[in-house]
Amino acid sequence: MISKRIEQLGGVFLLPVAIAALAFVLIGAPASWVTLTIAGLSMGMMIFLMASGLSLVFGLMDVLNFGHSAFVSFGAFIAASVLTWSAGWLTSDSIALNVLALMLAIMAAISFGLLAGWFFEVVIIKPVYHDHLRQILITMGALIISEQLILAIWGGTPLSVPRPEFLEGAVIWGDVSIEIYRVFAFLVGAVIYAGLYFLFKRTRIGLLIRAGVENREMVEALGYRINRLFLGVFVLGSALAALGGTMWAGYETLISPALGSEMMIVVFIVVIIGGLGSIEGTLLGALIVGLMGNYVGYLAPKLALASNMLIMMAILMWRPSGLKPAVK
Amino acid sequence: MSLLSLTNMQTQIGEYHVLHDVSFDVSEGGVFVLLGRNGAGKTTTLRSIMNMWTPSKGSVKFRGKDISQMHTSDIARMGVAFVPEDMGIFGGLTVEENLVLATASGSFDPQRLERILELFPALKIFWNKQAMKLSGGQKQMLSVARAIIEPRDLILIDEPTKGLAPAIISGMRDAFAEIAQNTTILLVEQNLPFALSLGRDMAVIDDGHVVHTGSMKAFAEDNELQNTLLGLA
Amino acid sequence: MEKTNGNLLVKGTVFLVWAILLFAPFLFQDVRSTEVAARILVFIVLVSSYDLLIGYTGIVSFAHTMFFGLGAYGTAIALKTMGPSWSAVILGALIGLGISLVIALAVGLLSLRVKAIFFAMITLAVASVALVMASQLSGLTGGEDGITYRPPSIFKPAAKLLTDENGKVLRIFGVKMNGKIAAYYFVFFSSLILFCVMLRLVVSPIGSVLKAIRENEARAEAIGYRVVAYRTLVFCAAAAFASLIGSVYAVWLKYTGPDTVLSFAIMIDILLMVVIGGMGTMWGAVIGVVMMTLAQYYLRDLMGVVADATHNLPIVPELFDPDRWLLWLGLCFILLVYFFPTGIAGRLMAKGEPA
Repeated sequence: MISKRIEQLGGVFLLPVAIAALAFVLIGAPASWVTLTIAGLSMGMMIFLMASGLSLVFGLMDVLNFGHSAFVSFGAFIAASVLTWSAGWLTSDSIALNVLALMLAIMAAISFGLLAGWFFEVVIIKPVYHDHLRQILITMGALIISEQLILAIWGGTPLSVPRPEFLEGAVIWGDVSIEIYRVFAFLVGAVIYAGLYFLFKRTRIGLLIRAGVENREMVEALGYRINRLFLGVFVLGSALAALGGTMWAGYETLISPALGSEMMIVVFIVVIIGGLGSIEGTLLGALIVGLMGNYVGYLAPKLALASNMLIMMAILMWRPSGLKPAVK
Repeated sequence: MSLLSLTNMQTQIGEYHVLHDVSFDVSEGGVFVLLGRNGAGKTTTLRSIMNMWTPSKGSVKFRGKDISQMHTSDIARMGVAFVPEDMGIFGGLTVEENLVLATASGSFDPQRLERILELFPALKIFWNKQAMKLSGGQKQMLSVARAIIEPRDLILIDEPTKGLAPAIISGMRDAFAEIAQNTTILLVEQNLPFALSLGRDMAVIDDGHVVHTGSMKAFAEDNELQNTLLGLA
Repeated sequence: MEKTNGNLLVKGTVFLVWAILLFAPFLFQDVRSTEVAARILVFIVLVSSYDLLIGYTGIVSFAHTMFFGLGAYGTAIALKTMGPSWSAVILGALIGLGISLVIALAVGLLSLRVKAIFFAMITLAVASVALVMASQLSGLTGGEDGITYRPPSIFKPAAKLLTDENGKVLRIFGVKMNGKIAAYYFVFFSSLILFCVMLRLVVSPIGSVLKAIRENEARAEAIGYRVVAYRTLVFCAAAAFASLIGSVYAVWLKYTGPDTVLSFAIMIDILLMVVIGGMGTMWGAVIGVVMMTLAQYYLRDLMGVVADATHNLPIVPELFDPDRWLLWLGLCFILLVYFFPTGIAGRLMAKGEPA
């Protein structure tokens, strides 16, 4: 009876709401809670960008790409470099120049993601379709190489990331202070999610991708080349990861080469929690991890990473395929 | 010239899916039935025709063209549809979306759609529902509907009556009879009465070999042959 | 397995390696060589225990260094708090082993049940949490700095194993019979025993079941093998070996920190070694360890030369900086997985076999 009611209200999608409600009670201070919730949501959206590609690629082709986080870190570093070069525009009073510099950085990161994703799929992944063991090993090798390349190109010291002037600062609203950048990051993620949702639900390509995730062979028997579709999804996922890296760089304002491997753990936890192959699941997992990270970081700072681990274990015991996996 | 012609086709996938020597010709129009025991190689034959499993030897000719090395999607685009044993429904997609994917243009031919929905009225009722919510028989109907939503030259259907209630089977027979008026069906079937009532030509496959080909009429009249080939009591 | 040339070559090489390791302190009488030899001994067990997992079950774990680290930290913390004694070593090793087994059992039962591919992701996540916790619980683990402690008295450099008539440390072929040599042979025999136990394990009935599962999981399941139970068993066994050799390493190094026993770089070393040597052979692990350990020194030197020679060019010197040796190893690794997926031992052993 109760479970049916919960199902009607949104089922597992209520989980982030429940977490937020519980945190409200535990934190006790509404102003801090609002700040943390906004931080958590924006962090969740950025993680969603990074994780969605990994989840789709796995869902569609059963390919697990351990090198996925390389797109995130390259995206972050490329954007940081572009922003540093255009520092004059960033500090300018003209919002148009601010936006232009930001757009340049984003475009650079996304273009890199597209190109590198294409290269990665064709050269690294294609020879090892259907062979999980070698996939894991080879993509891991690629991850090592890309981390070393970042070290070789940008050096080992942390890089500071300038933000455009119009995204600096916070809006104060009573006791509540809301950082503008966080709202911006949230909005970017939300727009991308809406775009993906539209793509999947309303377009033929999206339909094909959803069908391919379920039954690759049948899609081919209906006359479609799934490998081309897969290349497209891989490239799109890589570009989104690079965009996620860009947003993350602006959020952290100081990035180090370890960023990729740190985010990889978070991304893995997100796709495991959410269930592989669906963007709804990935969004759900990302929001849960983002919110938990901020709440626990406030309540018990030392437990932040372990809390993600615990929630992953708990969810796996409850639902072994994650909260909202694609239909298989 | 026959529509589909298999010559000495051999396939080996793992230990259980082995064809040693499969040859038969399917001429245009009507229902061609492939009979045989469980594990004889019927499904393997259909999958080999679609090149979902690649034959190692022999030829598969469709309208005279060897398709044994062609990509599955290209074979489909030549006008061959496949209704697999597990029906291959996309459960997360709606009935409408399942059907849209099977059209080449992304839009329906209204008359054709109307006729299909008359054949399978359940699909109309569940039009906007996720396909995983359909019953087994309804899923089978959707799978067949998907195969005929566009004009096709050849439809491969793998055991459509498996696990279905008798009433549904009889509806299915009528539907197949109508479909076969405009296209050719290669039907894999274990349900002998169903096969007998539909088939024009037939072949029996056993242990990866074709052991008999001929007309369904002759086979239907020869009880002894039925017993030796199919091991029916 | 048939006696073939390739087979004999691989096994002969492995015996030769063990023979050299047995006499290493006498053959190479400098400190660094003994360090390298001891590192090889430790990694032989660490890598072959990993091979037990990846080579015999086909599942990839990224938590192997965590178990290695648990063994090492257990012994290190016991030696630090209880003082240098054998009881501290044994108690610490047992505690490390116990914790390793509990975690391995939990992770195995939880994630091997789900999907093999999840396993790699989950172990990676678990291992990274362990790494973070090791640096956060600095009261216990010494954080990033690690812990230094004294080994049991027999391993102290000043200990005299044998004395001459004057009461001084006896020299045999110029080698002092002191605590250092005792420690080396402690590592040697621990490693030899553990390696032999693993060799025995893979030729036992359990080993044959594992091979059956690796060849065809569905069929093994159909025959009635409980695949998940066997995989969890192997995961626990691999964890136990890693933990034990971790304890041995802690005694040898007299220092335990994230960089020596826990870091992700060690996990990558293990992966490279097992792939280079050849998965699923046990013998390959030995070859992989020796080659990689030697290459690590050799490659770095070579890269230093190239970097110096090209210092005028843009970016090239950075790529050949000795600190970037992982870049080139990663490249070798990818090429190996593409072109020699069975590794050196697998390649040689397969070549001689009758077709």
